[in-house]
Amino acid sequence: MESVLTQTVATSIRTTGADAVLKALVAEETEFIFGYPGGAIMPVYDALYYYQDQLHHVLTRHEQGAIHAAQGYARATGKVGVVIATSGPGATNLITGIADAMIDSTPLVCITGQVAVHLLGSDAFQETDIMSISMPVTKWNIQVTKAEDLPGAFARAFYIAKSGRPGPVLIDITKNAQFAELDFAYEKCREIRSYKPVPRLNLEQVKKAADLINGAQRPFILFGQGVILGKAESEFKAFIEKTGIPSAWTLLGLSALPTDHPLNVGMLGMHGNYGPNKLTAECDLLIAVGMRFDDRVTGDLKTYAKQAKVIHLDIDPAEINKNVKVDVPILGDCRESLFELTKLVRINSHAQWLERFREHDEMERVQVIEPEMNPTEGDITMAEVIDRVNREAKGDAILVTDVGQHQMVACRYTEFKKSKSNITSGGLGTMGFCLPAALGAKLGAPDREVVAVIGDGSFQMTLQELGTIYQTQAAVKIIILNNSFLGMVRQWQELFFDNRYSSTELENPDFVTIAKGYGIVGRSVSEREDLAAAVKEMMEHEGSYLLEVMVGKEDNVFPMVPSGTSVSDVRLS
Amino acid sequence: MEQAFTLSIFTENSIGLLNRITSILTKRHLNIMSLNTSESELPGIYRFTIVVNTTKEKVKNLVLQIEKQVEVLKAVYHTDEETVFQEIALYKVSRSISDGDLVEKLIRDNHARILSVEAEFMIIEKTGHKSETQELLNFLTPYGVIEFVRSGRVSVIKPEKEMNDLRKQITNF
Repeated sequence: MESVLTQTVATSIRTTGADAVLKALVAEETEFIFGYPGGAIMPVYDALYYYQDQLHHVLTRHEQGAIHAAQGYARATGKVGVVIATSGPGATNLITGIADAMIDSTPLVCITGQVAVHLLGSDAFQETDIMSISMPVTKWNIQVTKAEDLPGAFARAFYIAKSGRPGPVLIDITKNAQFAELDFAYEKCREIRSYKPVPRLNLEQVKKAADLINGAQRPFILFGQGVILGKAESEFKAFIEKTGIPSAWTLLGLSALPTDHPLNVGMLGMHGNYGPNKLTAECDLLIAVGMRFDDRVTGDLKTYAKQAKVIHLDIDPAEINKNVKVDVPILGDCRESLFELTKLVRINSHAQWLERFREHDEMERVQVIEPEMNPTEGDITMAEVIDRVNREAKGDAILVTDVGQHQMVACRYTEFKKSKSNITSGGLGTMGFCLPAALGAKLGAPDREVVAVIGDGSFQMTLQELGTIYQTQAAVKIIILNNSFLGMVRQWQELFFDNRYSSTELENPDFVTIAKGYGIVGRSVSEREDLAAAVKEMMEHEGSYLLEVMVGKEDNVFPMVPSGTSVSDVRLS
Repeated sequence: MEQAFTLSIFTENSIGLLNRITSILTKRHLNIMSLNTSESELPGIYRFTIVVNTTKEKVKNLVLQIEKQVEVLKAVYHTDEETVFQEIALYKVSRSISDGDLVEKLIRDNHARILSVEAEFMIIEKTGHKSETQELLNFLTPYGVIEFVRSGRVSVIKPEKEMNDLRKQITNF
């Protein structure tokens, strides 16, 4: 139960706008604020001085670091991430993270300072129109110019950020509103007249879907982050176990179902597993749960699952028929939808159909997995490193990844037992996401091991956040898979641009020395015989640790669905 | 096939909402052919009327994306046949045109009217579909059009049952 009554500040208190911001954050049960001070937000920072025992402010080294940390926190905890930045460059530095949170449905409340209301539009120092800039990438945003409007704005912001399909919201507060006084009272928002976050479940549709499922010979489930956001992991598991339907995950759906579950048939999409891609063209019923048919999942839409009927469960009406034509849409909270659907479906097993996935798994194992996991000669592979992490973490760690080859390999091979354990930049593909996101995840889930797997290119986009890791003493385990290339781009250059390696080779610094400069223990490994001990040492180390592994420079990630082709054209080499 | 669709968007009255709606069109590389906003018959609820040229597939998703915005109560689309719509045009023309019977004839033939007559110019108003106001513009141009302006489309939905349902959905929030 929400402790609503205790949190509501019913009787009003005379205070400043800046103080009201912090009172609102306390009322919304905020634990961490990720931020960076500056001129136009100084009154809030000044007020924060008196809240150090209630609100932990994490001073990052860049606003982009702050917002990715808040994203990591939100994804690991399921709570709203809170970010503060100043006006102008502080605010614009948040934009990449806001766009990332928008496309990956991550609940964030971003607070930006703004020049005083009388200076708006005067091109004042550090004035930028963050309202217009952030509009296309926020779920909602508001500019507050009067202190008395702050409690209402915050109440709505938190409600909007976390309800329905979550997303980032932004509150831009002019400096005068931070200084001015108001009579502060706070009540959490329950309802907004123009906003219906959860569509009412239509049981007729559920019945139609159940009929299709009960009649299907080769049904196939695609599950996405909606299962995690909807806290529907156990309902989802009950549904697939009753129906016996093979289930494959999108990048963001990973960890919603344990990776060793017998019905978990692996990853969808461009670098997903062989079976799920191939067999998309053979199923007679596709059941999409909380996923949005991203082009990286579907490949060429003209040939995508044309033989199959499609059931789509989603909370967002705008996702229905957006990319793939749906026969039976089920709008609503997937926890409720799955619960109702499970009641109407027959107990079933699809042993023969599941066997088809196993056959494809075997082909992939022989051609791709075995050579990657257990090479006896040549360079260390990324897969070997993940395999070593698996042996130490035993499925309990949170994996945070950046974007590129290392991301695909880590997500393909990491074993997960618990939900909310895979944190990555999916839709936007933001390089530089991982290091700060891992910090946020560790702060949000201090009892869990957090392993950040990063490419050498991605690491250098936000490596300044080593400073934040050092200062917060967050025990993040950092693995740099170093191939001295922007590996994924290089792979495309090799495969589709006749080996023209245009601007993808990196001359890298000594990462271990850099880590040492930040007080973080590090080690670099380039020989296979040292790998197991190094990973063990990293995982057993008390504090943060940076392990650099020199991997094959020109290794490629397979399977692969070449861009623009059908998922059934997935290649093993 | 692309065709004109009229979007009717019922909203709260808030700063920047127009920007939010138009950025949804910009993201999809859709040009706005016409735009109008005014308070509707429902107190406090504003109505945007936007005309875009696109396909039926795309417009279906477009209204859902617009409706998804927190401060949008409802967004629907219609073809020209499903609505009654008008645009207003004002023509400032030189007084030289008023020689002879010409003015009287053009006013009568075009269902136009004269709003104002000044020493050097007069102002003619005509309401109708774009093709009609354009026709009058073409007619007047040789005589010297000093200024011409056409409003955005305003449009009401023909099927009353549909509008009733819409009204219920909007007011039941």
